[in-house]
Order: sequence, then structure tokens, then C-alpha cells
Amino acid sequence: MSDPLTAEHVLEFPGGYTRSTGPVIGRFLTELRAGRIVGVRTADGRVLVPALEYDPATGDAVTGEYVEVGPAGTVTASAWVAEPRPGHPLDRPFAWAMIKLDGADTALVHAVDAGNPKAVAPGTRVWPVWRGERSGHITDLACFAPEVTRIVSPVRVPYTLQAGGALRVFLEGIRRGVFVGGRCASCGKVYVPYRLSCPECGIAIGEQVELPDTGTVTTFAINNLPDPRAPEVPFVSAYVLLDRSDVPVIALVGGIPAHEVRQGMRVKAAWVPESERTASMANIRWFAPTGEPDVEL
Amino acid sequence: MAERCAVIGVGQTRYTTKRRDVSIAGLVREAALRALEDAGLTFKDLDAVVIGKAPDLFEGVMMPEAYLADALGAAGKPMLRVHTAGSVGGSTALVGAGLIQSGVHERVLVVGFEKQSESNATWALSTHLPFSSSLVVGAGGYFAPHIREYMRRSGAPGHVGALVAVKDRLNALKNPYAHLRIPGIDRAMVESTPMLWEPIRYLESCPSSDGACAIVLSSEQAATGTPAWVHGTAMRSEPLSRAGRDTVSPQAGKDCAADVYRQAGVTDPRRQIDVAEVYVPFSWYEPMWLENLGFAAEGEGWKVTESGATALDGDIPWNPSGGVLSSNPIGASGLIRFAEAALQVRGMAGEHQVDGARLALGHAYGGGAQFFAMWIVGREKP
Amino acid sequence: MSRVAREVAIVAFAQTRHTAHDTGLSEPELILPVIEEVKALTGQKRFGFTCSGSCDYLAGAPFSFVSALDAVGAWPPISESHVEMDGAWALYEAWVRLQHGDVDTALVYGFGKSSQGDLRAIMTLQLDPYYLAPLGLDQLSYAALQASALGAGRAELDAIARRSRADGRRNPYALDLPEELPDGYAVEPLKASDVAPITDGAAAVVLAAGDRARELCATPAWITGIAHRIEPHYLGLRDLSRSPSAADAGRAAGVGKGPVDVAELHAQFAHEEPILRRALDLPDDTVINPSGGPLAANPVMAAGLIRLGEAARRIHDGSARRTVGHAASGPCLQHNLVTVLEA
Repeated sequence: MSDPLTAEHVLEFPGGYTRSTGPVIGRFLTELRAGRIVGVRTADGRVLVPALEYDPATGDAVTGEYVEVGPAGTVTASAWVAEPRPGHPLDRPFAWAMIKLDGADTALVHAVDAGNPKAVAPGTRVWPVWRGERSGHITDLACFAPEVTRIVSPVRVPYTLQAGGALRVFLEGIRRGVFVGGRCASCGKVYVPYRLSCPECGIAIGEQVELPDTGTVTTFAINNLPDPRAPEVPFVSAYVLLDRSDVPVIALVGGIPAHEVRQGMRVKAAWVPESERTASMANIRWFAPTGEPDVEL
Repeated sequence: MAERCAVIGVGQTRYTTKRRDVSIAGLVREAALRALEDAGLTFKDLDAVVIGKAPDLFEGVMMPEAYLADALGAAGKPMLRVHTAGSVGGSTALVGAGLIQSGVHERVLVVGFEKQSESNATWALSTHLPFSSSLVVGAGGYFAPHIREYMRRSGAPGHVGALVAVKDRLNALKNPYAHLRIPGIDRAMVESTPMLWEPIRYLESCPSSDGACAIVLSSEQAATGTPAWVHGTAMRSEPLSRAGRDTVSPQAGKDCAADVYRQAGVTDPRRQIDVAEVYVPFSWYEPMWLENLGFAAEGEGWKVTESGATALDGDIPWNPSGGVLSSNPIGASGLIRFAEAALQVRGMAGEHQVDGARLALGHAYGGGAQFFAMWIVGREKP
Repeated sequence: MSRVAREVAIVAFAQTRHTAHDTGLSEPELILPVIEEVKALTGQKRFGFTCSGSCDYLAGAPFSFVSALDAVGAWPPISESHVEMDGAWALYEAWVRLQHGDVDTALVYGFGKSSQGDLRAIMTLQLDPYYLAPLGLDQLSYAALQASALGAGRAELDAIARRSRADGRRNPYALDLPEELPDGYAVEPLKASDVAPITDGAAAVVLAAGDRARELCATPAWITGIAHRIEPHYLGLRDLSRSPSAADAGRAAGVGKGPVDVAELHAQFAHEEPILRRALDLPDDTVINPSGGPLAANPVMAAGLIRLGEAARRIHDGSARRTVGHAASGPCLQHNLVTVLEA
């Protein structure tokens, strides 16, 4: 991925989401940790495995009666995974299966470590394979079938994002040290960053305009919470209305103590040296005061 | 012509930082079953379910209506999932009301929830995309500059924010579901807390809560118990990046209020409306919305707040429940406003009841103060 | 529908020329041309109601729909809502809104870029977070479980894939997928050709009521029935070889009350087509997915809306009198929406 305007982006909550289970799921998972599989009985006598807090058909609460099921069960349907994915419970070819455990009225979805696709089919009897270290998780059941195997990693969602369209035009401008905006042919307003359509008129913007790197602070916040993108605390995030544009950009203000920043203050972009510039907003360290008199807002 | 719509049941969970004792399904069922109990109904009596919540990143469960369908008794029924940012709780109520007003259904369950403790709100709201340079830290970082601009334009003195922060937390002490219950809260305590995003102090900000709220809506012929009647509903949205957008008093908010007032026959909101539950996540938004919603002239909102008119014993109580400043499960926060408005006109608000409330406003907003949802409910039929 | 519904029709439909890769356009940039197109088709700049469908997890960020509003020209402010669902459900919400009687037109759009992430893994996040998602059960795998439960024949699935690809090659908006079906199983019993391709795209529809519809369109596609139903979530609680929620929705929409010339089915896997065909009780002579269907282009969050739009298009161009548009959501056809359109 050599294009600097293509980047990886990962959405991952550090450490994983912490889920409270409530009493019914909690009981099921607690029993799993203890090496037992239980179902819960509904008002009409069916045994739900895994246990739910409610009868799925009616929404009514289930009874408090837990019934041990299995440990063996019968496959009702299966799907063969020839190429396991990183999030899958097994790192070698396996089957997903719906397994009706002995004594249950519903099927449990889980993996079957069957070795080859012919070894699992509707009617196949399977047994649980427990993890040695159990923590009260659906994956305490490593899989069904005879071999001991590995564990699951948390779900992590990677993306590849591109700055295409208007953003590419804008960031190429930033690489050259220029703010590129666009003028709407209908209302005449100048938008920066450059965009392909006018939010007010809803029509395409064709005309590009190069804007100066000076502007006016219209309003701002003094942030006392640290942020990895800011050099220190407190830092000022400001709305800067670039000269000859009609919409403010949000940017860091620097080169002045936070409490001396004013609404109406004139500022100019502080660029990193030309040799360090990329097609990125990191080219602009912040906006610093020009020393001109404040503007009346 | 639109059918009449009534709120016949309201259910809430207690709001708190971490509800460790329930699953996600358990949380929404707690609110839903309480709403059904209030209406004297069961899941079988419902025709459809509408669920709303803010970004799925909070729980890491994508489009959770799929997983929650049977938990909310929706098997075999229609189910919708609404997401309009912070206004979502209000929008969800309006989508539910629309199903009644259109004559499509007789009874609809509306649920809003958030279980923010499964991750962390600031993380979920600040997933920095590549190429974006926006230096906004959380919701407070976004709204602080607009509050600063309001203070500049109106010349409001700096202590008004603290007054709202105290008033709403005093109200919260009368609401058993409220999250922040701070005995002895006063202006000095608020002003002693640090500036997070100046001009917003810690205690001038909303908490991060787990919780769920549910309401049962019905047609006139299917109404049970004590109904609150819907007199008007409106939503408005405006584009975030429009040049010249007034971020202090957005046009979408003004237009939305004008629409809902027209439907309800309200020409003077301060006099005709008895109580308002308005989405105020940062205390300064009370005077700002007083003006945007026409309860005060432009630049005068802070004077209405300062006069005590919006207190529980004032002439136009705002947020007797304690509001978003006291409880904020984001996806439910708007619905709580709508539900509390209904509780008031049903005379069922308990210790925070406004005496004789006959007409109430429920309000929610979201995004960069660009999405608005409002309704007016009354004791009498419209 | 408990009362006689107000007459509402699909009067305009537009879609992007869908791509199998990320062209670099942002979501609002993707939407803009289709919004412009339906505005031009109807001559309308403003609509009584606007509703959209999209999914944050496709974009990899919260509030992905917020910037989309910038493409609509929402000024002065508009009455607008959003569902975190396929655009077909946004159309349903707009149809309900038009039943109130106070507004006459609605704009609906849906959009998604599946190319940015790993759709198979992203769809895992939609599953029960205690019992299913931690297993890493991915979209293709649960679909394959359903195919296995159905016991669909290989010849039937291959025929569906071939027909869909051939129709898709004739559809300028769909992908050009080769005639030759690749060998080998993706997740057995599903082959790669049974699986909808990764697609980026967007679509927009305009709804109008009564005489307004007749003014805006010479041949409105009248919605004579629209309904959706969901069923329990956990796969092991369901008979995956059937789709009772699709059957219920089809009955409620009145599919069986007349002939069906064309049905556009949101079947993202080949085996879903026979399940839906049976659930909707479609006659043998009904033409299925003449657009190529999702197996030829599947821009997630727009693909359901596109089915409704394609079903309407057959009425707009006079080639059909009565059509069915279907959209699905949730794992293994958990949630189904069915629309009947008539000339």
C-alpha cells in the first residue's frame, strides 16, 4: 500500500468490550465454566440451549428451572470451513454445526473439529471438547469432537480507507502548502476543505479556489483533557475562518498561551518545513497569532 | 388524516455508571416490561417494536435489533431500528408515534437504550479516521466553542451555567431513576470542579450512563389506563457544514419548534406549556434552548434561567426529572425526555411532578446540534 | 395494514454504477449523483420527508449518516430520519410517514461501501454477543449452515449463480462477473459463486402519494402492499430451511392476491432464493431478479432498496404490471420486508 492517501484504520476497543451477562446467560456460562451444559425450561416445558432470559416465541420470561443436557448431541446441520479465518474457534479446517444436545429442544451453534467434511453431517453424534482453562465464555467449549484445540481472539475490525474525491484534491493542496476550497456556483459560498457538493444547495461544486493561510478565530474551546494529537494540556481547538472562505475549519491554535486566545483574533497557519510535507494535515502544526488587530465579529 | 396517538405506558431502568447485573437484553427488557406493566399489557398485545440507540460502537453489537428481536417480544412482528445521533431517543418515539398516527398499527413498543459501560463513550465517539484532522475531543469539546459564542453574543454572566447544573441535580434528588444524585449540591460545589473544555466545567456536563427507557403507544381505540395524548410531532435536520450555519441557535431547532407548536396550537410556549423536558447535556444549553425554542427572546434566555423560572417551583419548569445532566444513557436520553413529558401530563411523575401539568414538551437534539425531534403531549385529547 | 392505506407510489429510482472496489469517493460523494438523478427525474428539489439507511460499521466510524446529509441540500432544514438498516426500511418508514396525509413526497436513500472492511467479519458483530459473536461465526459460515439445513442441490445453486451473472452482465449498474463459475467451496456447501460479491454503491427512490404521484411520473409503481416481519435471532432456535418471517411479510403484503410478473429478491446467497421463493409462494412463471440481483451487485445497506427500485422500474418501463420487491436483514434471513407494486 504505497499510496500515501490510502491508509489502514482499525476499530478496536482496547481490551475488549466488558459485557455483563445478567442472571440467565450468567448461569449458563457459569455452568460451562464448571464443565456442564445446561438449558433453561420455558413455561411450556421446552428446554432452551443455550439459555435465554425469555421464550423467543412469546417474549415471556423463562422459568427458573435449569436442566443439564448433553454432554453429547446430534448435528442437525453443518457447514464446512476449508479456510478458517482469524476470528474462528479453530485454526484448521472445521465444520460449523447446529447441535441438538441430548435433552434440549433447540440446537446450539458451535464448531466441530471433524478433520474432513465427510466426517460431519446431519445425524452425526458429537461430544464437547472443553478448554482446560475455563472462564465462563461460550468458547469454554473449545469445539465439539475429540481433539483439544486453541482459543479465540477478540473480534477486531480492520478497514482500508482512501482519501479519494474532494479530500484527495484538498490534501494534495496541503502537500503544496495551499488550502484548496470550492465555490458553489449557485450561492457563491466558498467551502474549505474543497468538497464536491454544496450542503445548502445540494448541487455539485466544480470551481476550485486557492485560499490564503490566514484567517480569524470565530470561537474556540480550551481543552484540559489530554489528547494524543495535541502537544500539551491545555490546548485550544478553534474555529478558524480562513480569509475569502465562508465556513470555518476546526484547528489547533498555538504559539500563544491558551488563556490569551480571543474570539476575533487573527491567525496564520504554521507549516512544517517544506522538506517534511506530505499530503496530510500534519503539515500544519497549528494556527498562530499574526499580531494584527482583532476583527469585530 | 392522522389518527390520535396516546402514551399509555412508561418504563425506565435506574440509570447508573455500570449496570453489571444485567445483560443487554436484560437491560432493555427491564424497561420494556415496566412500560407494559404500566399499560396493563403484555408482549402479545403489541403490533410492532421500534428500537433506537446511538452508535453501535458503544456495545460493539452491530444493528442490535437482530439480536434483541425476541427479547422484546418482536418475533413474528415488524421491528425498526432508528439512529439519528443524540436525538435518536426522540426520533424513535416519533417513528413509533407515526406507526399509530398513520393507522398502520394499534399498539407499538418504543425502546431506547445504551450500555456505555461495555466500552467507553469517549473512545466510541473519537475513533479517529485517517486523513481527518478534526481536533474535537468528545461531545464537550465539540459544544464548548458554541457555548462560548453564546456567552459572547448574549453577554450572559459566567455563573448561569452553574445555576442550571445545581437546579437539575436538585431535581434529580426527587427522581428515583436518576443517575447523579449529589446531596448538598450547590453553586460553590459546581464552580469548584475543574474546567474540562473551557467554558464547560466537570459538573456542568452530563454523566455517562447505562440504562433503558420504554414507552407503549396506542391508538385511541386501543388505549388503556391513563393516556398522555400526542398533540404534535416534528423532526428537522440541517447540514453540518453549511456556510453561515448558526451553531448557537440552529434554524432546524427553530423550525422544528414552530412546526410542533403549530400542530398543538401553541403560540406562547412560556405561558401555554406547563413543563418541558429538554435535552440539556451541558448546562449552558438551557439558556440557549430557551431562546431557540421561543421561551425567551434572543439574548434573554440566561435571564429566564437566572430568575428561577425553570426550577421545579418556577412558572415554566425545565427538566424536573433532572434531565440529561443527571442521567445520560445516550440512545435513551431523548426518549427519557419524551417519556418524562408524558409522565407529567399523566400526573404520574411522583416527587418531581409539576402540579397541574396539562401540556408538556419533550425535546431531543443530536449531531452537531443539527438533528431535532420534539413532541407535545397533553392530558386532554387534541 | 389495519386500515385502507393512502395510495403511494415509487415515482423515481436511481442507483450508482456499482463497483467491486473502493473508488475513493466518500459516502456523500457516492450519494450525490443518485440524489441529483431522482431530483431531475421528478423535477423536485424539496421533499416532504427524507429517510436514509446505512451502517456505521461499514464506514468504520460512528455517525456515518451525518455527512451524507451534506449531499441532500437540506436547506432550509428538512424533516428527516435515519435507520441503521438497509434503505428498504427507510422506504418503509417514509411510506408510513406519507400515510399521515400532511406530506405528499418523500426521498429515500441507502448507501454502503463494503470494500473498506472485511464484510464476513463485520457481519459477525450483528450476532448474539454472548453465544455467537465470540465464536467468530462469520457471515459466509452462517449462510453455509443455512444452505446445509436447506439441503439445496448443487445444480440448482449453480443455475441461480449463472442466471444472476448473465443478467448482471446485461445490467449496466451491476458488476461484470465471468460466465465461468469458479471451482471449489468457500464454506461447504457454498461455493464462491453462491456468494454476493463485495460491492460499493448507493441508491435513491422518490415516493409520492395520490395525484402527486401521477403528476411526477407517467407510470407510477403503486405500493399496494408493504410489510416486514422479524423472527427469533439465535440460529439454533430456528428451522433455517424456511423463512417464516418472509412468509408472514409476504402474506401481509398480499403477494398471493394476483400474478407476479417479476420478483426482485434480496438473496445474498444462492440458496436464499429457493427459501424465499417458497416463503413468498411465488408462481413458477415469475421472473426472479432480472437485474442480476445481489449475486451480481450487492452494495450493502442499499441492496434491499435497489430490489424495491428494480421492481418499480419494471412498472415504470411498462414491462411488468405487478411486481414484488424484497429486502432482508439479520443473519440467515431473520428479518424480511416485502413490497407489492402494481401499474
